[in-house]
Amino acid sequence: MVEKTIEEINERIRDGSVNVVPADRMVEIVSELGAEGAAREVDVVTTGTFGAMCSSGAFLNLGHSNPPIKMQRLWLNDVEAYAGIAAVDAYLGATQTSDIRGMEYGGAHVIEGLVSGDVIDVRATSHGTDCYPRRNLNTRLTLDDLNQATMCNPRNAYQRYNVAVNSSDRIIYTYMGTLLPNYGNASYSGAGCLSPLCNDPNYETIGMGTRIFLCGAQGYIIGSGTQHDPKSGFGNLMVTGNLKEMSREFLRAAVFNKYGVTLYIGIGIPIPVLNERIAANTGVSDGEITTDVVDYSAPSRNRPVIRKVSYADLHSGTIDVGRKEVKTASMSSLFMARRIAETLKESIERGEFFLSRAVDHLSLYTEFKPMKQTEGIPLVKDIMLKDVNTLGEMSTIEDAARVIVEGDFTHLPITSDDGKTVVGMVTAYDVSKAVAHIGDTKYEILNDIMTRRLVTTTPDETIDVAARKMEKYNVSALPVVDGNGKILGLVRSDDISSHITRVKYEEY
Amino acid sequence: MTKIAVNFASADVIQKPNMSEVIIETGALLNINWAHVTSSGGEMVIDVPDDKLEDVVKSFEERGAHIQVLERLVLKDDEKCINCGACISMCPVGVYYYGDDWSVNVKVGVCVQCDLCVVQCPMGALELKLQD
Ligand code: SF4
Ligand code: SF4
Repeated sequence: MVEKTIEEINERIRDGSVNVVPADRMVEIVSELGAEGAAREVDVVTTGTFGAMCSSGAFLNLGHSNPPIKMQRLWLNDVEAYAGIAAVDAYLGATQTSDIRGMEYGGAHVIEGLVSGDVIDVRATSHGTDCYPRRNLNTRLTLDDLNQATMCNPRNAYQRYNVAVNSSDRIIYTYMGTLLPNYGNASYSGAGCLSPLCNDPNYETIGMGTRIFLCGAQGYIIGSGTQHDPKSGFGNLMVTGNLKEMSREFLRAAVFNKYGVTLYIGIGIPIPVLNERIAANTGVSDGEITTDVVDYSAPSRNRPVIRKVSYADLHSGTIDVGRKEVKTASMSSLFMARRIAETLKESIERGEFFLSRAVDHLSLYTEFKPMKQTEGIPLVKDIMLKDVNTLGEMSTIEDAARVIVEGDFTHLPITSDDGKTVVGMVTAYDVSKAVAHIGDTKYEILNDIMTRRLVTTTPDETIDVAARKMEKYNVSALPVVDGNGKILGLVRSDDISSHITRVKYEEY
Repeated sequence: MTKIAVNFASADVIQKPNMSEVIIETGALLNINWAHVTSSGGEMVIDVPDDKLEDVVKSFEERGAHIQVLERLVLKDDEKCINCGACISMCPVGVYYYGDDWSVNVKVGVCVQCDLCVVQCPMGALELKLQD
């Protein structure tokens, strides 16, 4: 039985006798010496990960201008920061994009720029108050000019990520990068056996208050992150650290093509090897950490899982998906993850980094719920016109003209002569064209002028699907029919255009 | 290695030991793939080590040759690259590969300039060098 305390390990850091091992080396040590031997031998295991972590940003305090301003809106290099807190405090989010340059520049670039010592253009507006009379502010600041610049990331260091593939026949652009059609590539993320949370899956040492390596600085774990989902193996962390102590080497702005801006964050967590159980956990290998291959072409929250793979499979360069051998590539950097684990190891060995005891545990049971949607995407039946006039295909054009004029509408579904099924559609425009030619024997009954290549919808189709049909076939209304082709109503593009705007936005 | 085509369009130039002079002047080890010389001029396709490419081209041009770089290049800015590997699975011809330390390396002379890696790279570290 090996039992150590964090205090004992910190004592060894102080006297220089501590034995620190990066997590990828620990795999061999545990398999050679066993968990007990490894626990005796090794005091600290260092982990590391370097990947795109969208849920990142920084609180900034700009100091007070003279005359003072209560900033209501604030832009840093034309990227808006959230200023809805006290007068000169703001939160700059990594994925916020530039008002001027759009997706090619965003909050992440401003943060990287600040860390690199760049001068940042600051613009703020306010309505002005008695105590903060100023309404407009323009200035230029560097990181040194800020009172505080505190990185605070609500969700970082996911235990593992899905592997993204695309089964459709068109290219798609995602937060996992570009996915080529027909399983053209598989994109993954995560550092496998170096990943911090994979080395302490029961959060025995990693908890609230744990001191960590964060982008080159010493930071802390605040608690579990948003969407923390330990039961499914998707635990994550909320972390904080001083931006002023960070280095660009471990913090980099990135752009995912046609998706947007994100920030690559480097995190390393030291795990004190207090006993054999912890030693055994840090011995986890790439082959033992599995994740799901998920088809990202499905436009739904519940995307189909195609198979399970291990990080050893992913690192091999190809995985089998169906009968196809698919090339894998990582969006996160294993090279940098190793560098972080190594850098953290060195600073512990030099006596610059001491371990902290967690003040509270992370939850092992939190569940990640889907969004409660009080307003679903409406169905055709929710917005269709139910009282629709129809005419049989043998009715005359004059009949149609009368019905259209009396009813004050523009679309008239045409049924078979027995009235049972919809066979065509006539618009006010078709009728007026025909009326202009009246006397011309070609046009007498509706059958002569109706549109026959009929596109229809059903009551239970969502309105975005109906809208896409209208767009594709270039029509402005669709008859709503049941399974037998009987008319139930009519849906018009005007009625759904307001909803469509929102649906398109959500797809983005 | 980069392949270049060397074209001497006049008879008097081919009477001089141009090839040897270029090799001596630049110290580059050139590998001749193909050559065709007639009384009115000559044409050669040679492999040039990448680090000597500029010198060799200049040296030939000073001797009156017209140079065309046959294989176009993709350039990786190592200062920007974070060695993620996102470019690896994009490339249809296997230009990128992981080294033993998981750094991402570039094979020279195989790029077909399809541009896929350039848009995939999250760091904007890749660029296609346009040649004449
Ligand atoms: S441009 Fe195309 S062929 Fe050239 S390296 Fe990039 S992906 Fe490969
Ligand atoms: S995708 Fe870009 S950053 Fe990543 S390895 Fe390739 S060149 Fe480097």
